[in-house]
Amino acid sequence: MLAFIIRRFAQALFVVVAMVVIVFFGTNVVGDPVWMMVPGDATQEQVEEVRRAFGFDQPVYVQFFRFLADIAQGDFGRSYVHGGSAIRLILDRMPATLELAVVALIFAVIIGLPLGLFAGLKPDHPASRAIMAGSILGFSLPTFWVGLMLIMFFAVMLGWLPATGRGPVTTFLGIETSLHTLKGWQHIALPALNLALLKISLVIRLARSGTREASLQDYVKFARAKGLSPRRIVGVHILKNIMIPIVTVLGLEFGSLVAFSVVTETIFAWPGMGKLLLESIQRLDRPLVVAYVMVVVLLFVTINLIVDILYSALDPRVRLAGKSE
Amino acid sequence: MSDVVATPRAKGEFARFVDRFLEDRVAVFGLGLITLIVLLAVFAPLIAPQNPYDLAKVDIMDSRQPPGSKSMDGFTMWLGSDGVGRDLWSGILYGLRISLMVGLLSGLIAATIGLCIGLIAAYFGGRIENVIMRIVDLQLSLPSVLVALILVALLGKGVDKIIIALIVVQWAYYARTVRGSALVERRKEYVEAARSLGLSHTRTMLKHILPNCLAPVIVIATVQTAHAISLEATLSFLGVGLPQTEPSLGVLISNGFQYMLSGKYWISFFPGVALLLTIVGINLVGDRLRDVLNPRLEK
Repeated sequence: MLAFIIRRFAQALFVVVAMVVIVFFGTNVVGDPVWMMVPGDATQEQVEEVRRAFGFDQPVYVQFFRFLADIAQGDFGRSYVHGGSAIRLILDRMPATLELAVVALIFAVIIGLPLGLFAGLKPDHPASRAIMAGSILGFSLPTFWVGLMLIMFFAVMLGWLPATGRGPVTTFLGIETSLHTLKGWQHIALPALNLALLKISLVIRLARSGTREASLQDYVKFARAKGLSPRRIVGVHILKNIMIPIVTVLGLEFGSLVAFSVVTETIFAWPGMGKLLLESIQRLDRPLVVAYVMVVVLLFVTINLIVDILYSALDPRVRLAGKSE
Repeated sequence: MSDVVATPRAKGEFARFVDRFLEDRVAVFGLGLITLIVLLAVFAPLIAPQNPYDLAKVDIMDSRQPPGSKSMDGFTMWLGSDGVGRDLWSGILYGLRISLMVGLLSGLIAATIGLCIGLIAAYFGGRIENVIMRIVDLQLSLPSVLVALILVALLGKGVDKIIIALIVVQWAYYARTVRGSALVERRKEYVEAARSLGLSHTRTMLKHILPNCLAPVIVIATVQTAHAISLEATLSFLGVGLPQTEPSLGVLISNGFQYMLSGKYWISFFPGVALLLTIVGINLVGDRLRDVLNPRLEK
């Protein structure tokens, strides 16, 4: 077990290092960062001065090791636009993004699970067909366009919910949140629903196929033969068993929610790190882009690592398969 | 349904495949939809009442007119007009061309690269395979939106750059898929026979193994094309994709966003519907292809 964890950890480290190298060469070798920092009418001397000031006149390997040393200390440089520490700016915006992603995940489960269960229990019911058609639509709908339609319908036409921004924020148990007020929930409803859309379809499909498989299993037949109520069979015997794959997949999908939040946050002006990334890309604010990429890669690698280790704890075959490689 | 299945004996494999595909009415609808959309895009200059690029034809007095209004030139703008007075229906027809072109071109190149790399991995195995699959895994573990966004951040704007970003995002799916089926094929006797006849590695891979791996590739090609079109639209909407001079559907939707809050919904709505129909059509066909080409998954 320990050997497995160490090997997985080494792999995760390798991924992080690989990303550092890719990001460094992507930002420093492809394109000259100096031109992004000086105004268009700068003289040659001014350009050279900026180049020296930021150390871009050094050989590439010197720059690379300096870059490595800096990020090892958590220093991603200062934002060209905002002036402050890049990593600080990203981390400041992180709670808003995580809040949005968590609420989206909750939406995905409370909407997707009952629909998927129903479609799995009664596969031939017309409503089940409608649910499955809806889930195909959910996979096809471009997220950003659905966001626009949500704003158009709920904010502009009906005027029920605010279209942009985040509710008032307080700190609760050290976590910054806007979910303590009704206003906060009104603000998060549309963006979270938008972000959840793809995952709702995913949960519906997983729940449906899981339910169909489970209903044919002996333990369900046995429970039925024992005369348990259908409610108990579904609620205890089936639900418990289909939750395992759903929880695993959603755990892995959490990272993709954070990534997709770039789109949702931009549409709904949600003050998270995704919106910040997009603004930084448009304003060529390189240190912020680099800091964002590293934070997200770290998040991904950590999630994958945890899921892998949990899996090997639950199912020893995973561990053994890794060994025979 | 059963009467169709009863006949195929006498027919060739392809005809049987077509029959199986056509059994599903929803898939036929999807195919019809795509055909219609492609025809509209190809013949856009003939169908569109206005050339939206021709500044002489566009009148600023026509801007932001609701659906069904008459333009200054006298034709009816059934879907309304956008912020600078272009007929939206014409804009959508021309936008479809760009969206489809970017999606198909990037898909084609990504498929070619992915197929070659996947075949090489499966065929040679060992260290080459390990390295390739590590890279594929690394890439597939990151969501495509993120990879594309970062590439665009590094490369900048422009049609060529978007196509490069979409290729990078897609190739790994093809490589993984073709490797999966090529691993199975490689062990079969005909490959050994081909090798014994003294055929080169390249010939064995391309002429003997590849044709037998194409079924799953076709399925993901449909899904990936839909995905690429959607991704391009997303990037363009976010303002980091295609420039205003190449108004794809995503750019059109993005242009309409600013008018959304004042209730002028059509500028974003109709291009979005066109995008949606395209993607749904492709996905419906892809779903059916998956069922037909993969006998194991038969319902």
